[in-house]
Amino acid sequence: MAASVINTYADPCLPEWMNAPHSTGTSIMACEFDGGVVIGADSRTTTGAYIANRVTDKLTKITDHIYCCRSGSAADTQAIADIVTYHLNFHRMELGEPPLVQTAAAIFRELCYNYRDSLVAGILVAGWDKKKGGQIYCVPIGGMVQRQAVSIGGSGSSYVYGYVDANFKPNMTKEEAVKFVTNTLTLAMLRDGSSGGVVRLGVITEAGVERTVILGDQLPKFYEG
Amino acid sequence: MSSIGTGYDLSASQFSPDGRVFQVEYAAKAVENSGTVIGLRGKDGVVFAVEKLVTSKLYEPGANKRIFHVDEHVGMAVAGLISDARQMVETARSEASNYRSQYGIPVPLKYLNERVSMYMHAYTLYSAVRPYGCSVVMGSWSEHDGPQMFMLDPSGVSFSYFGCAVGKAKQAAKTEIEKLKLADMTVKELVKEAARIIYLVHDELKDKQFELELSWVSKDTKGRHQLVPRDVAAEAENHAKQSLADIEDSDEGEM
Repeated sequence: MAASVINTYADPCLPEWMNAPHSTGTSIMACEFDGGVVIGADSRTTTGAYIANRVTDKLTKITDHIYCCRSGSAADTQAIADIVTYHLNFHRMELGEPPLVQTAAAIFRELCYNYRDSLVAGILVAGWDKKKGGQIYCVPIGGMVQRQAVSIGGSGSSYVYGYVDANFKPNMTKEEAVKFVTNTLTLAMLRDGSSGGVVRLGVITEAGVERTVILGDQLPKFYEG
Repeated sequence: MSSIGTGYDLSASQFSPDGRVFQVEYAAKAVENSGTVIGLRGKDGVVFAVEKLVTSKLYEPGANKRIFHVDEHVGMAVAGLISDARQMVETARSEASNYRSQYGIPVPLKYLNERVSMYMHAYTLYSAVRPYGCSVVMGSWSEHDGPQMFMLDPSGVSFSYFGCAVGKAKQAAKTEIEKLKLADMTVKELVKEAARIIYLVHDELKDKQFELELSWVSKDTKGRHQLVPRDVAAEAENHAKQSLADIEDSDEGEM
């Protein structure tokens, strides 16, 4: 994650990390499997080159069965997630049943599109609902929305598109999907300077969400030459 | 204003001493004078049938329709003052359209019904307005929720129904509907029954001419609300006329 607003009145004598925005130079990912979705993210928040938080939680709860993975400005994405949470809670009361993932994605899209000139937010909306099961919608900068079986985001994702394309298969088991997300994020964190720390994971199924953390020394080992 | 219960009928914003709002009851009366409207909810969809009374021979066939599309997946059949009903259609359409643009999916009928009901009810609260003189029946079908149907009256009260009837001959129509095994019937069967019931309850002596309007929304129409195709509607109408003729024959036989 990275902070987003650039302060044009910054005092040149101060170190840059005091003025640079908090942002999510990030690696995030979501992947459908048989029965749900796996979401994952690294844990680094930077202020310029300074690591403002090394154990950030970029997997943010929207409802019991819908989460989002945040990338871009930490402030913008937190604010958007809060607003969407408010809307969906209200909507659940009106509807009398848990809202759909598609509905959540539509609200994210509405906000990200209407305020596209002032926001820096790339969000993956993932969750489970009764109608369509596990689903992932990616809402990149600009406010598009697209359903995907697997989706990656943040600065780290550029390094691992090939890995994802080569290794994703539809209808994986939960264990396969967790392994796949862990490997992808680890590889992204190794190459991307703005990503790092621990891997945070969430598995969303009909039963709810299961959160886990993989600490830095327990990450899978890859070639680092 | 000599006795209790008189003099409280000019405003929707005042109760009578025995707790009634007369303006709302008068609005319900307006609905009772209208042509009969029935809605049937089967196992795979909802069918609407309307006895549209034609008050002048000078009208073109198909004028002043009483069945409307609210959204692709929602149909609405209306009874009562047609101009009031058209406003309810308009309200429902904008609710459905707003829902679609905000949430990216078709509006659930349960939610739409709640919104339209709230709107209807608001017009029973103020002295400066009169209640709507119409009742509406809304129906839809979806893979996830199956068939759904709601009827809303001028007081703003609405219920979900298996079968409902409103208008002039609602009592007779309800009696007929109760004889059907609605939950086991398909819309193809229901269209015939709906047409038959409308023909049966139509009062030839009081209202000479009428047009039968039929629409459905079902699994077969892929959840889209459509007017019943001409050939199917014609077949149902013939079946209705035939079964009516049979009844008349047998009546004569008994005599």
